[in-house]
Amino acid sequence: MIPRSFEYHAPTALPEVIALLGQYGDEAKLLAGGHSLLPMMKLRFAGPGHLIDLRKVAELKGISVVGSELHIGAMTTENELIFSKLVAEKLPLLVEVARQIADPQVRYKGTIGGDISHGDPGNDHPAVMMAMDATFVLVSATGERLVKATEFFHGMYDTALTPGEVMTQIRIPVPPAGTGSSYAKLKRKTGDYATAAAAVVVQVQNGVCSAARIALTNVGPTALFATDAAASLVGKPIDDAAIVQAAKLAMAICEPVADLRGDEAYKTAMAGQMVERALRSAVSHVK
Amino acid sequence: MDQNVENHGRLEKLEGIGCSRKRREDPRFIQGKGNYVDDIKLPGMLFAVMVRSPYAHAKIKSIDTSKAKAYPGVHAVLTADDLKPLKLHWMPTLAGDVQAVLADGYVSFQNQEVAFVVADDRYVAADAAELVEVDYEELPAVVDPFKALLPDAPVIRPDLDGKSVGAHGARKHHNHIFNWQIGDKDKTDRAFTDAEVTVKQDMHYPRVHPCPLETCGSLASYDAIRGDLTVWITSQAPHVVRTVVGLLSSIPESKIRIISPDIGGGFGNKVGVYPGYVCSIVASIVLGRPVKWIESRSENLTTTAFARDYWMTGELAADRNGKIKALRVNVTADHGAFDACADPTKWPAGMFHVCTGSYDIPNAHVSVDGVYTNKFPGGVAYRCSFRVTEAVYLVERMIDVLAQKLNIDKAEIRKRNFIKYEQFPYLTPLGLEFDSGNYLPALEKVLEAVDYTALRAEQAQKRADPNCPTLMGIGITTFTEIVGAGPSKSCDILGIGMFDSCEIRVHPDGSAIARMGTISQGQGHQTTYAQIIASESGIAASQIAVEEGDTSTAPYGLGTYGSRSTPVAGAAVARASRKIREKARKIAAHLLEVAPDDLEFDLDQFKVKGDPSKAKTMKEIAWAAYNNVPEGMEMGLEAVDYYDPPNFTFPFGAYLCVVDVNKKTGETKVRRFYALDDCGTRINPMIIEGQIHGGLTEGFAVAMGQELPYDEQGNVLGGTLMDYFLPTSVETPHWETDFTVTPSPHHPIGAKGVAESPHVGSIPCFSSAMVDAFAHLGTTHFNMPYNSYRVWQHAQSLGL
Repeated sequence: MIPRSFEYHAPTALPEVIALLGQYGDEAKLLAGGHSLLPMMKLRFAGPGHLIDLRKVAELKGISVVGSELHIGAMTTENELIFSKLVAEKLPLLVEVARQIADPQVRYKGTIGGDISHGDPGNDHPAVMMAMDATFVLVSATGERLVKATEFFHGMYDTALTPGEVMTQIRIPVPPAGTGSSYAKLKRKTGDYATAAAAVVVQVQNGVCSAARIALTNVGPTALFATDAAASLVGKPIDDAAIVQAAKLAMAICEPVADLRGDEAYKTAMAGQMVERALRSAVSHVK
Repeated sequence: MDQNVENHGRLEKLEGIGCSRKRREDPRFIQGKGNYVDDIKLPGMLFAVMVRSPYAHAKIKSIDTSKAKAYPGVHAVLTADDLKPLKLHWMPTLAGDVQAVLADGYVSFQNQEVAFVVADDRYVAADAAELVEVDYEELPAVVDPFKALLPDAPVIRPDLDGKSVGAHGARKHHNHIFNWQIGDKDKTDRAFTDAEVTVKQDMHYPRVHPCPLETCGSLASYDAIRGDLTVWITSQAPHVVRTVVGLLSSIPESKIRIISPDIGGGFGNKVGVYPGYVCSIVASIVLGRPVKWIESRSENLTTTAFARDYWMTGELAADRNGKIKALRVNVTADHGAFDACADPTKWPAGMFHVCTGSYDIPNAHVSVDGVYTNKFPGGVAYRCSFRVTEAVYLVERMIDVLAQKLNIDKAEIRKRNFIKYEQFPYLTPLGLEFDSGNYLPALEKVLEAVDYTALRAEQAQKRADPNCPTLMGIGITTFTEIVGAGPSKSCDILGIGMFDSCEIRVHPDGSAIARMGTISQGQGHQTTYAQIIASESGIAASQIAVEEGDTSTAPYGLGTYGSRSTPVAGAAVARASRKIREKARKIAAHLLEVAPDDLEFDLDQFKVKGDPSKAKTMKEIAWAAYNNVPEGMEMGLEAVDYYDPPNFTFPFGAYLCVVDVNKKTGETKVRRFYALDDCGTRINPMIIEGQIHGGLTEGFAVAMGQELPYDEQGNVLGGTLMDYFLPTSVETPHWETDFTVTPSPHHPIGAKGVAESPHVGSIPCFSSAMVDAFAHLGTTHFNMPYNSYRVWQHAQSLGL
């Protein structure tokens, strides 16, 4: 549990980060909260020659409302999300998910940007970002670009981030009145990744679902955006039959990998159960 | 002052037996001021790491250490070839087998110790370990003990080739270790033939690990000038380690000092002697510098001493009323690659023969086969006495199975079979003498406390409702443990009887120090031993220092495991205290100019019978012991006691558990857990309560999540705390505790030991509840651990 030796950098501004990334290329890794990267380094599964610590970069911090969106700095920790009055008021789903990530010690260090950028389908934020229709700000030497959450995740540990690029901010539209949301996560114990989890955002007007977004955690090589399941809800009341139907459609896109948490059949079934659980909870949250 | 008030004040000040005195250990632990092996730093200290095998079974064609040795900061790289001239490449195990210290030509489990890299610090050592090049030729692995016994199974131990007899008798196959039988087979078989009803059940008690918070480690420091070896070590039995080190190294025990400092939990994991310890000692002797070795978490979980891995088949014969006539048990015990079970020498299956439980069963027979597999060695008692958890699990499961077959309530069938109060002392058909017990009132107290009738009514209602999303299960256990090993006539380790010891010195000011052969790993010995001395000798507990763990100062003892500290060492404490008291009586008589028999002992003083105004306090007597003793008496006030118990002790309990199982996800909520324990005399009720909470939580962990599974290639899965279930306060249920008191008739203060009962008793109780949730659908048993995946699979198999 001792990593290979590496050189440590702690830049204080974004241009410095970009410059260091340019200088060291493949040898460098960005260090956010460290709760995915450092364990891999300790197990010697990863051995970057240079670690670029982002914790002193002021541009990557802060939560603010800009127009109809909430802008969240990529280095915002899970606990900062949990304790933010702004997030609680505008995006209660983000508080709900952050509370279900790992344990308090991890949440004091782990960041939303790190959780997303790592590209691990077991992480919780990717599915939530899809369900909330988030956009990521990616900055490199050539400038800034915006990528939708639904376009960002390409495969296991494989994202839209290109070499030399840094995720600086997460932008999430503040949902309109009549929205309900929930994140249902089945895990074996505190600190575990999801066996399966579902993030759900629904809009209900006059008892009828007008829009829905559903995404799944840890039942595929990336978080999965369950478009058919979500579409099946629109235009009718979200009743038991609709919920069960949506869960079935969500299960149809699952392609989990068997491990000690369960085999393919169990994980797929649990993805369905979590969709049902999240939908019932989301409907009860509509306001 | 009112005499009663004054007496009460003196009693409170004494803080003796029965007082919920706060733990004296806690101020240092909760302030981070404990002193564990890895906290100890010596000048010139080096650090070592193990190079371990990635394969479960392989030939070692060559080991090239040149690159590692050339790495800056590396002092030595040891392999089996380096240990051979010292004859230390193999070492004896506690079970009469041998174990490779460093792999000698082949490896037989994943993560087996292959080379030992010693460097300036742990960072350099970790880098250099990667540079050790080992050329393996992988061989087929076998991780299933039944497959290991097939005729063409791979040979796991080529070093035993041709040996048809092992430490425990004949071996019937190249991967067979022993067959051990106890009981009257013919009578038992006849009882089955004649029985009105029989039941049979297979069950697996999975391989689990005690997983103490502190992993294992050692710091060895050899002084070549003096010829002294000092080892700080995570050991539950430091004196036994000293004897083993003496045997292995040929250094006289007088030149070896073993120190167990603060120990962060043991639960059986720290009973054995591990290759890392031996290598750190050898490296220190060779290099002349202190060498520290500390396990990582995964090394701890996958190499040092697992528990359980018992495949058991139980059978009961009974009449139609559920009265049991016979018990028959066959066990296939997976011991891994080396038989390193920690059991008393004569008992290869430990005290498994306590498996007739709390029940009056006239006939019984047990047969256990030990088998080698390509898995790491161990077989320790995880928070239990030797194999008692397995035994209690078996009988508690079997009586449930019988109840189900006969459609008798499982509380009722237990009542029909209990050994009755008037039957004690009770000789079991497997040769144990239960000293005391009072089972029926314990169970009745629990049933009343939880309103058992109402729980069953609620369950019936839920079973009748097809829309109910949960299944409700009620579990019951009424267990008897056997602890306090043990009488030296039947128990020894490496030929040393399993006595224990206490030495007390009372200082001139009336304060005292007690030194013990045991070693606390969290049990609170510093607190409780002082309470026994206080009650027995009249010295206030606050004035007593308790020291353990340093073999150069402590009297020889066999250590702390198997709940033996209170039954064995606690008795030595009481008896040494009484020796102090009797000498004090003579001194008091001398001071008061009366005959010793004219005095009566009253809390903290001796009073003249009939004239209580004439008295001498223990404080006054202690002072006199150093200047004014009767003629012919030695000065000083000291006593030593080596206690060899006449029998084991038999704590018991009645537990009840209620679970609610989600039919669709398998998630289980423990709604209620009621634990009544009888550990005889209660020394410190608060510590007992804490021990029970801890034991129940570990029992919950085992039942609901812990296991170390293997894949077909022999890779150990789940060897990290991501997978291995260590419950936090979030997962842990709420515990309700209760007690009765049935003192041990042969123990000086009637105490029986308590730390392990809640682990032993709770695990079958969880199984009883989980099976009960599905019992109306025909389930008689399904195997632990009851994680939601496994429970869901079971629900699916029943078409839910």
